[in-house]
Amino acid sequence: MKKVFIHSAVCISAQYTFDTEEFLNDIIELSGETASAQYPNYRDYIAPSASRRMATAVKMGVSAASKALEKANLNQPDAIITGTGMGCIEDTEKFLNSIIINDEAFLTPTSFIQSTHNTIGAQIALGIKCKAYNSTYAHAALSFESALLDAQMQLQHEESNHILVGGVEELGKEIINSVRMMEDANFDGIQVPFGEGASFFVLSSEAKENAIQLVDMEVCSSASEEIIHKKLILFLERNSIIASEIDVLIGGRNGDVFDGYYDAIATLFKIAPELCYKHLSGEFYTASAFGLWTACQLLRHQNIPEDLIYKGRVKPEIKTILLYNQFKGRDHSFILLKL
Amino acid sequence: MDVAITGMGIISAIGHSMEENKASLLAAKNGIGTLKHIQTKHSELIKVGEISFSNSELTNHLQLPENHNYTRTGLLGLFAAKAALVNANITNIQEYKTGFISATTVGGMDMTELYIKQFATNPEVQKYIHTHHAGDSTQKIADALRITEFVTTISTACSSSANAIMLGARLIKSGKLDRVVVGGTDALSKFTINGFKTLMIQSDELCAPFDAHRKGLNLGEAAAYLVLESKEVVLKEKKEVLAFLSGYGNANDAFHQTASSENGEGAFLAMQKALRTAKLNPEQIDYINAHGTATPNNDLSESIALQRVFGRNIPDFSSTKAFTGHTLAAAGVVEAVFSIVSLQEQTVFPNLNFSAVIPETGLKPVTSVIKKELQHVLSNSFGFGGNCSTLIFSKA
Repeated sequence: MKKVFIHSAVCISAQYTFDTEEFLNDIIELSGETASAQYPNYRDYIAPSASRRMATAVKMGVSAASKALEKANLNQPDAIITGTGMGCIEDTEKFLNSIIINDEAFLTPTSFIQSTHNTIGAQIALGIKCKAYNSTYAHAALSFESALLDAQMQLQHEESNHILVGGVEELGKEIINSVRMMEDANFDGIQVPFGEGASFFVLSSEAKENAIQLVDMEVCSSASEEIIHKKLILFLERNSIIASEIDVLIGGRNGDVFDGYYDAIATLFKIAPELCYKHLSGEFYTASAFGLWTACQLLRHQNIPEDLIYKGRVKPEIKTILLYNQFKGRDHSFILLKL
Repeated sequence: MDVAITGMGIISAIGHSMEENKASLLAAKNGIGTLKHIQTKHSELIKVGEISFSNSELTNHLQLPENHNYTRTGLLGLFAAKAALVNANITNIQEYKTGFISATTVGGMDMTELYIKQFATNPEVQKYIHTHHAGDSTQKIADALRITEFVTTISTACSSSANAIMLGARLIKSGKLDRVVVGGTDALSKFTINGFKTLMIQSDELCAPFDAHRKGLNLGEAAAYLVLESKEVVLKEKKEVLAFLSGYGNANDAFHQTASSENGEGAFLAMQKALRTAKLNPEQIDYINAHGTATPNNDLSESIALQRVFGRNIPDFSSTKAFTGHTLAAAGVVEAVFSIVSLQEQTVFPNLNFSAVIPETGLKPVTSVIKKELQHVLSNSFGFGGNCSTLIFSKA
């Protein structure tokens, strides 16, 4: 089986993460119900005529994908795999509202044809005329992980050599408010704003100097805290890693009652500091892609921005990182990286 | 043959079970009619492949509590997925490493479009706020089937469930899973009816795939699932194999968000890849269950792609969408089920409502039920966004 490496990592988020080589040293404090991303200058990546019709997720996705390819020096990937939980919710809401407001009359097709989840992956392919494998996963908090796992499998089994993988989410205008309302009706609900963003990665089976290795990953639809704890032990064992070798643990804490899952696995790591990031990215179905981007930056920059530290002391050298994410007690994922 | 199909379940406009679907296919009896369950201004202007069960009938059949928050997409999916497990004789799901991969395009839109304006104020409908996203029906079905490990949802428009089947096959081949339930579910919705209306590709008559005078598609709704199992499980459990999944291919047309390219490039590439993974030559394909939506654009583009792959010797082909309507995300698996029934019955099902060949290509589909020897069947599924997928099924 071939090894899997990450050749580039690009992120559009609520923080300054896109147009800078610096790593979270100018933090934007997020507050309120939702937090929009810091949108790049789309003109640098998309022709204005095309950009005009694109919704936020498509524009963010195409821009991040394009930069990820550029950074990896890749023109044509062997596959484009996208994860998005809510998909193109802006155009979905737009078309649905025009049906409701105009009572099914005077409708135009543009927002309908761009409402499908695969619009992002399709527009990326169209932009670079890429006829290769193209798929889109839309499975809540495992949307991005499903895409990553598909890519891992293709590279390991030599079905592909270089793959573009990403996670994209846009806030939309309407359903997000209902989701927030339900969340806030609960005192132990999610304590960070809902967010959006696009993170793209070029994964490759080619080893490069200083390339980050995606050692392994695992997903699980539903499990108790005890089972997750056991699963993680087995996952590390399978990869011949002992808990003390993990230099950094990155958890997807969002402050809700399910953070107990992170407490349950944190007991395994007595030395490694635990980091969290959703207070910086906001919570959304593909927020874990921001987590992966963060992990890549940690390995590259070898320093940990103060704002990421949840608890523990920083080790002098960062070689091995474990990411764990879950959403509302389900959709669990482990990702193991090594420099 | 690494990937065996050991169970199937389906609910569509031509039947609530495998047996009913098979009987309709053999009798060349379509399920297209007038819309009943959805309130829309267009109901007199379109024909649809609607499932006759109402949501409350489905609720009763599934023995769900009345206050559940399944969307219709979820109800149809659970109905078909349960049937697939029964058909595969699986009682203890935990016995093997089992996954669940479902496809949908509309997700919970059937409820969202009814209640979105009441979400803020009406506590009774707030249970549908969290059912909008595509993963909701998948999670509910997985939980009901007690599949707890690998569960995911694919949404690549009208090729979605073909991609779900393909991913399942790859997971089995790679050894990550022993067994996987794969397929898709999509309910009709006012959203999609109006969407296709704006594209002016919805016919007010029975759709006529590959016909020179085709006027567009009939939308449909359906859910169907296959149970895929590894060679090892089949041997160990002495399972009866219904058919094998021998080939698959996924390519992108990279031409336009909705329209297919003139030379059917994406379709051509998908079919070529599928033949390559199946290690088959084009002349070994005995029958093609075409995508054949009956839109002017698809059928011409697909015909050209068929000519590019098969040359002058195009195998017998038909589109079964005139039976069920175009069931969007479910279409790939519905037609996978029909392809497998074709192999089991050694029968090609007809392309209904055909009268004249498309002048540009002159291809004539099979128009009546015919018995013939079938070893390998190829099935196409194409979607918006240029997503093209092809599957090849082989006789057990």
